[in-house]
Amino acid sequence: MNKKTGSADFSGRLWKLFTSVRLTVVVLLSLAVSSIIGTIIPQNKRPDEYLNEYGEFLYKILSAFDIFDMYHSWWFQFLLLTLMVNVIICSTHRFSALWKMLSVKSPSFNVSKFRNLSNKEEFTDSRSPEELRSIYMPIVSRNFGYRRIEEIDNGLCIFAEKGRWTRVGVYVIHFSVVLLLIGGLIGSIFGFKGFVNIPEGETIKSIRLYNTGKAQKLNFKIRCDNFNIKFYDSGAPSEYRSTLTILEQGKSVLTRNIIVNHPLRYKGINIFQASYGELPPEEITLNFKNRATGISHKKKVSLGQQFDLPEDMGQFVIKGHRDSYNFRGHDLGKTFMGILTTNDGSHVHVIMPVRFPVFDRMRKGDMIISVEDYDHRYYTGLQVTRDPGILVVYSGFVIMIIGCFITFFMSHQRLCVEISKSGKKSSIMVAGTANKNKLGMQSRIKKIVKSLRINQ
Amino acid sequence: MNSSNLLSIVTFTYGLAAFLYIVSWIFKKEMPGRIATWIAIIAVLGNTGGIALRWIESYRLGIGHAPLSNMYESLVFFAWTIGVIYLVVEQTYKNRIIGAFATPLAFMAIAYASLSPNICDRIQPLIPALKSNWLIAHVVTCFIGYAAFAIAFAVSLIYLFNQWKTVDKKSKTGLFSHLPDSRMLDELTYQMVTLGFLFLTVGIITGAVWANSAWGSYWSWDPKETWSLITWFVYATLLHARMMRGWEGKKIAYLSIIGFLAVMFTYFGVNLLPGLHSYG
Repeated sequence: MNKKTGSADFSGRLWKLFTSVRLTVVVLLSLAVSSIIGTIIPQNKRPDEYLNEYGEFLYKILSAFDIFDMYHSWWFQFLLLTLMVNVIICSTHRFSALWKMLSVKSPSFNVSKFRNLSNKEEFTDSRSPEELRSIYMPIVSRNFGYRRIEEIDNGLCIFAEKGRWTRVGVYVIHFSVVLLLIGGLIGSIFGFKGFVNIPEGETIKSIRLYNTGKAQKLNFKIRCDNFNIKFYDSGAPSEYRSTLTILEQGKSVLTRNIIVNHPLRYKGINIFQASYGELPPEEITLNFKNRATGISHKKKVSLGQQFDLPEDMGQFVIKGHRDSYNFRGHDLGKTFMGILTTNDGSHVHVIMPVRFPVFDRMRKGDMIISVEDYDHRYYTGLQVTRDPGILVVYSGFVIMIIGCFITFFMSHQRLCVEISKSGKKSSIMVAGTANKNKLGMQSRIKKIVKSLRINQ
Repeated sequence: MNSSNLLSIVTFTYGLAAFLYIVSWIFKKEMPGRIATWIAIIAVLGNTGGIALRWIESYRLGIGHAPLSNMYESLVFFAWTIGVIYLVVEQTYKNRIIGAFATPLAFMAIAYASLSPNICDRIQPLIPALKSNWLIAHVVTCFIGYAAFAIAFAVSLIYLFNQWKTVDKKSKTGLFSHLPDSRMLDELTYQMVTLGFLFLTVGIITGAVWANSAWGSYWSWDPKETWSLITWFVYATLLHARMMRGWEGKKIAYLSIIGFLAVMFTYFGVNLLPGLHSYG
């Protein structure tokens, strides 16, 4: 055997493989089974979290197979690619045969095939075939777009069909699958997905990408004018709203409120309300109460700024704050931490939960220090994406729904009404085929027979 | 009467219908079956009323939204879709034995909603992520799909019992001697799977479009999304095996059962996994 036939043999077998539905079934089931992994093992976390969870040995094995980002791994992409090639080759291979069938002007009918059908109905009528023909034709035309009459030995045959084109349905679905895969590919090559936090009043011009962590410059600037949360009476959040302004060359071109489910789209960039957070307050109002005299003093200070206590009781600085503070198993909520330097030079830690102003009493110091108020400043967390493949994907969606409908709920139906002379009477045979929903066709034949016999 | 009370009554009505369908099947009596049909119709009407009432109640509370926003509401709607599709199938195929397998599913769905301590039946305001016109389209299409798959599952079970019966010839007089003819069951499984597949497809697509308007990406491999795709793959396999390789009967019945298990995991199991879809 020479080399040439060897390679022809190989490509022939490869072609055969890709035209087989067996491959489709194997790939679909492989995709289904392997997709389960990624729903059980959380995806795209930090390496140290995985190391903790699985230990070093298992971690190395799993990460060698890209299990921690499996939907973007080479082997998962390979499965998707195989599916796409399989769909394209299978469809084009079969579609050429279908095309021949679709482009035929007058379809061929074979009476004997219809005679052999098990769902045929037979009856007799006292009128002649010619008479019946003129009665039957309008009834058949009501249900079937294409009709033809053929003379046979001792009578005639009415052939009719409809929905031949619905045979393309499955190719429409396959085409939409290819569109979805292409659209997804375009999005992942030319698009990006990132996030940015913008403090109220500030402006940004670049965002951080999720997958690489790198900065992505935008062609315009975004300013967050305001962030606002609304609550239901129950305390559950009802709305997160950011007022954003788009700036180009220093000029504001657009101001818009965005809420969850109502993003801002500008020049191909989509901006979504994703999260929010509280910024460190700039101005904190502290209350100092002399334990002995009960006299209170208020003072506005800022974070990290050391200042003298009233009544010459030492110095104080607010070191930081936390959103929650655990005290003997209770969460005290937002809490500030400070350090008090007494006049003899010793340092004392002071805990100031906002909700519990008397907390500091437990320290038994001369001054009871508490946070009276602080300015609430928020930042808005925006998800920023660009996806030039979205139109392709959406058209894939629409085409897929149309294709499913055609494939599952429409069929190519063929009908044969044979009217043959038997003595003075006519004997009639009605039979039909459908490429789908054969039981439905059976009842349709019964209905047609009923309407044919109505004036008997 | 409020919607929760009404739906509790509906739960027992479904239970009674299921019981009568089973009695009619086991004792081969026509009468309990006929009564069962009427009771199933009453249950579905009551179910409809319960959903409508709950919708009205949410407006009275000033937080008006379609009752499709949490586990309780989705289970109630699931029972309704199973009930409606089953009754249509019963009318079309003039067969009540499917009812002995299908109505228990509707009963279990709504009973789980009403009786499970883990499921809250209070009307809650919508969280910001659910405030979207896509909510109704997405949930309704998904659950029509799920219900069609549930019926396919019930029919597949009957099919397999039927097969088991034919193998064991002695039991000709037993439970399954008057089960509907296998060809019809096979065809019905396929019909229900195609109906479910169309609606699952539309459900996934509306979900994707919604996700794109809420989070900025139409697909993010969230466990619920992924599991709905797994379900889609299983049923796509079934359809290809049947249309192209001519699989029928047992093999299709097994695939339809596997598919429904995937549906159930998409619906319930995913809540055990971490992800975005935490509202059921």
